Amino acid sequence: MTNATPAPNKKHRFWTMERKQSAAGWCFLAPAAIMICVFSFYPMFRALLTSFKRGLPTALQYSDPLWRNYQRLLSDKVFIQSVQNTFTYLIVQVPIMLILAIIFASLLNNKDLKFRGLFRTCIFLPCATGLVAYSMIFRTLFTYDGMINALLMNIGILSEPINWLNDPFYAKVVIILGLVWRWTGYNMVFYLSGMQSIEYSIYEAARIDGANQYQQLMKITIPLLKPIILVTGIMSINGTLQLFDESVNLTRGGPANMTITMSHYIYNVMFTKNPNFGYAAAMSFVILIMVAVLSAIQMKVGDKR
Amino acid sequence: MREGAASKYSTRFVMYAFLIIVSFISVFPLYWAIISAFNNTQQILGGRMIPSTHLIENIKNLFAQQNVGLAMKNSFATSLLQVFLSLVVSSIAGYGFEIYHDKYKDGVMAVIMLAMMVPFVAILVPLFQMMSKAKLLNTWVGFFMPSLATPFLIMYFRNSARTFPRDTIEAARIDGLNEFQIFVKMFVPMMQPTYASAATITFMNAWNSYLWPKVIMQTADATTMPMLVSNLMAGYVIDYGVVMAGVTICSLPTIIIFFILQKSFTNAVAGAVK
Repeated sequence: MTNATPAPNKKHRFWTMERKQSAAGWCFLAPAAIMICVFSFYPMFRALLTSFKRGLPTALQYSDPLWRNYQRLLSDKVFIQSVQNTFTYLIVQVPIMLILAIIFASLLNNKDLKFRGLFRTCIFLPCATGLVAYSMIFRTLFTYDGMINALLMNIGILSEPINWLNDPFYAKVVIILGLVWRWTGYNMVFYLSGMQSIEYSIYEAARIDGANQYQQLMKITIPLLKPIILVTGIMSINGTLQLFDESVNLTRGGPANMTITMSHYIYNVMFTKNPNFGYAAAMSFVILIMVAVLSAIQMKVGDKR
Repeated sequence: MREGAASKYSTRFVMYAFLIIVSFISVFPLYWAIISAFNNTQQILGGRMIPSTHLIENIKNLFAQQNVGLAMKNSFATSLLQVFLSLVVSSIAGYGFEIYHDKYKDGVMAVIMLAMMVPFVAILVPLFQMMSKAKLLNTWVGFFMPSLATPFLIMYFRNSARTFPRDTIEAARIDGLNEFQIFVKMFVPMMQPTYASAATITFMNAWNSYLWPKVIMQTADATTMPMLVSNLMAGYVIDYGVVMAGVTICSLPTIIIFFILQKSFTNAVAGAVK
């Protein structure tokens, strides 16, 4: 034990106990911090520079004027269409999904509910499916001579089949249905975990005061879950703006680019026909700015009481 | 009073009916994909709900069309390497940030958290250029390198390090263990549930990732399972039995993990807000 007590004269040495430990801490976090700089921040900076360049991937040159790629965006019909599509998904799908997730979570948070675990597992199960895999499943289900049309016609909802994947409107509906199916359970898990930290007695007190389930949800659960709702909202916006797998595999961006997402278009510009890295970088920087702005707005709005 | 009781029963009935319908919709597509692996195209499009006898035939055709073995090897190798290495890098960083925290390290952490907001697609072009320059196209290293250190995992381990008792560290120091030994011999064994959670979610993400492999794994030899499945619908005549066999094989590892490690997976998903 006596060995551990530092001798008084060691106070003036540079490598004190605290400094040694702090240095160890720096060593521990350095590899990850360096990797994040190299594989996130540095590429972001590079993307900005590349977005001002033109030419073949092997011979990129600064364009004149510098903002030429950004200028081109404004008159690129496919890009504008891809922004419209992505925002359609965002505005329709994210609220539906988050509201459903809150409803499911509040139903499952009821301690008297039988088969709670089973219901939770079922609703969470879509998360075990890969994005490409479920896109393939939905494509098969919604194909023109496929099961969904057959089913809807059999029970008399449709008199003739809908061409789901080749109609600009219905193709978007299928993508939104797919997204809601895949991600609602995922968001529900966040809310359930948040609800578990709300004291059960608050609900009991509310019930004695005569509050019904709906009032309990609106007056207790949602206000207390606000920080988590904010996080899920930001994650959903971030994810939807980067939508790629579904656009590529479920609808192929079609018909005629009517369902293509921004990421899908960026990929096409990068790797099909005439690769244009500068233009792709300019588009991707627009997504970066959109994510940043939308998240900032959400945080501002969410902060207000 | 009796009216109240009746309405209570009817709300309960509605609630259970609603949850059953929702559960059915959630499970159905996956169930249907798996049983469709046993059916042929005609049966699948007709909406057959029970398995038939075409499984072997579908799998044979799948293996004849695609190099499934190679794609499986690539997917398992890249995913497992990514799980192992990112757990090492991120857990030691999370531990470092929490246990030795001071205002400078907290500042670095705040900057790292900003990386969470960087959309992957926004750095796609430069990452591809970097990998191409480093001759890492079509390699396993190129696949997992950019996603080894993730802000999410670092934060996750940092939060769990908060529960690591300081007394243990002090006692270990007195016993003569150095800082790295304390991490390996005390922290790692104690945090096994955290590692299990982090491993499940990292595996799921790595196994299912599609955009980055599609960009960097361009040759047929470097194909991963999601890319292989995606290729199954590329032709004009689609054999849906083969597609569903591919979807099922590709989904099996994640489904198995989901059922065995559901608690770990759930904890990891919810870990972002704890």
